[in-house]
Amino acid sequence: MSTSPQNAYSNPVPVPSNGVRANVFHGKPVASVAAFPIRPLAEVVVPKVTLDGISLSYKTTSGERLLALDNISLEVKPGEFLCIVGPSGCGKSTLLHLIAGLNPQTSGKVLVDGSPVSGPGTDRILIFQELGLFPWLTVGGNVEFGMKMKNIPKAEREEKIQYYLRLVHLSKFRNSYIHQLSGGMRQRVALARALATEPDVLLMDEPFAALDAQTRDLLHDELERLWSETGRTIIFVTHNVLEAVRLGDRVALLTFRPGRVKQEFSVSLPRPRHMEQTDVARTARDILDCLRDEINKSLEAEYADEKTR
Amino acid sequence: MKKLAKQVLFYSALVGIWALLAKLKIWPPYLFPPPWGVGHALWDGFADHSFWIGIAVTMKRMLIGYSLSVVLGMILGLAVSSSKFLEETLGGLLVSLQSLPSICWIPLAVLWFGLTEKAILFVVLMGSLLSVTIAMEDGRKQMPKIYGMAGRNLGASGFRLFWSVLLPASLPFILNGMKQGWAFAWRSLIQAEMIFLSLGLGQLLMMGRDLSDMSQVLAVMILIIILGYMVNGLIFRTMERRLQEKYGLTPA
Repeated sequence: MSTSPQNAYSNPVPVPSNGVRANVFHGKPVASVAAFPIRPLAEVVVPKVTLDGISLSYKTTSGERLLALDNISLEVKPGEFLCIVGPSGCGKSTLLHLIAGLNPQTSGKVLVDGSPVSGPGTDRILIFQELGLFPWLTVGGNVEFGMKMKNIPKAEREEKIQYYLRLVHLSKFRNSYIHQLSGGMRQRVALARALATEPDVLLMDEPFAALDAQTRDLLHDELERLWSETGRTIIFVTHNVLEAVRLGDRVALLTFRPGRVKQEFSVSLPRPRHMEQTDVARTARDILDCLRDEINKSLEAEYADEKTR
Repeated sequence: MKKLAKQVLFYSALVGIWALLAKLKIWPPYLFPPPWGVGHALWDGFADHSFWIGIAVTMKRMLIGYSLSVVLGMILGLAVSSSKFLEETLGGLLVSLQSLPSICWIPLAVLWFGLTEKAILFVVLMGSLLSVTIAMEDGRKQMPKIYGMAGRNLGASGFRLFWSVLLPASLPFILNGMKQGWAFAWRSLIQAEMIFLSLGLGQLLMMGRDLSDMSQVLAVMILIIILGYMVNGLIFRTMERRLQEKYGLTPA
């Protein structure tokens, strides 16, 4: 195993290396304005996603009301990579579900491009922790699914399936079923499926938590590459601070139950980064210090739950 | 191959013992016909087309009745599984109705529809509707919730969500109920045909009784077994295996 992580994939990326990769998306050249709207400097940039005072409470089985998210306000700039970190049980997955429009919040607003969200939409695609790939469809069928729902014509779907499968290095597995793939491959199918609907915002819920370290490192590199090539806005939830610093432009820290934004850290380390880098580790340590109280609270609550059981 | 050899051996032995008992003439041949007598009855039945017609008529009723119950059962099952109120009311009724043998619907069907095709279909429908409904309901419940969420997330809603996500996702859980529904429908149909006397395998069976033709009775019984087994063993088993392969489920 002498290959370093970033060149362990030997398949060449099927896009011309002239620096305008995103402009040849579906085989047809597209004006770069369409892919990357370039705004005049004077104009104020409208946040891609705005969370405006989001709260969520629900009734537990014992009848008491539990506040899961408390007045969360965040702004995500177009093309930004935001990582949300918090201890388990802080409601970070729930927050992503709200942004995806799968569940309604109790109060507050989710805005995308300044207009409020009222339900699921293919402008925001969530990659679930459990992935939720469809076992009755092939890899290709999974990637095609969202496009079918958007009524994209067959020929265009075909091109995009090929494009996105090549992008995640899975062209050879197009006709395989999900259960025939390894964990890392499934992860990449989920990524391709999400990207194929060409969402403005990609929501990722601890997508790499269940993977071994090597596969995860590879997928970090992949994700960073895809992000810089496609210019998507990404909101990435994780409990791993190191991962958050490795990937994010900014890291938002949530408190434990109810989830509040405790602090935001902007990460300006040069890319590409690696988890082993000392400056990454140092930044992570600062965030971790801030997170420690919350983790302790989370653990205490867990032990308390166990005692009462 | 070994399994097949065992089976051949077993059935030859069975027929051999039968032949021997018939040869010994412990019982009169009109009550205990020899295998070749039954073979003859089968041959005659197919030669004068009465068995072909019987099979065709029975299978046609089966297809219509079963398809009806699958469609209705899916709708009912969906309704019951998606509403707490319906689940607690209609759901309970459906389960209790399942304890009613389908043959009990025959008097009702005759009074409502007369001795018609409709009455037979009604009995078949009532025989299998409940198991399909309950299977659908269970399937919806057992199906992992993630698929519905993923489907909505990717832009599916309404009928398309049902058709391209919820239905395929719950298929492995429904299939068993579908199989059971088919078995119930098959039993109900033969029972109904035995009473209605209007072509079909059930009627051929009763005709054998009326003519005191034991060979015909046994011949039709064998036909019913073979047909039932073929559908169950070949069609449903194949579907099950295909599904398991595709979904990556290990065979139960």
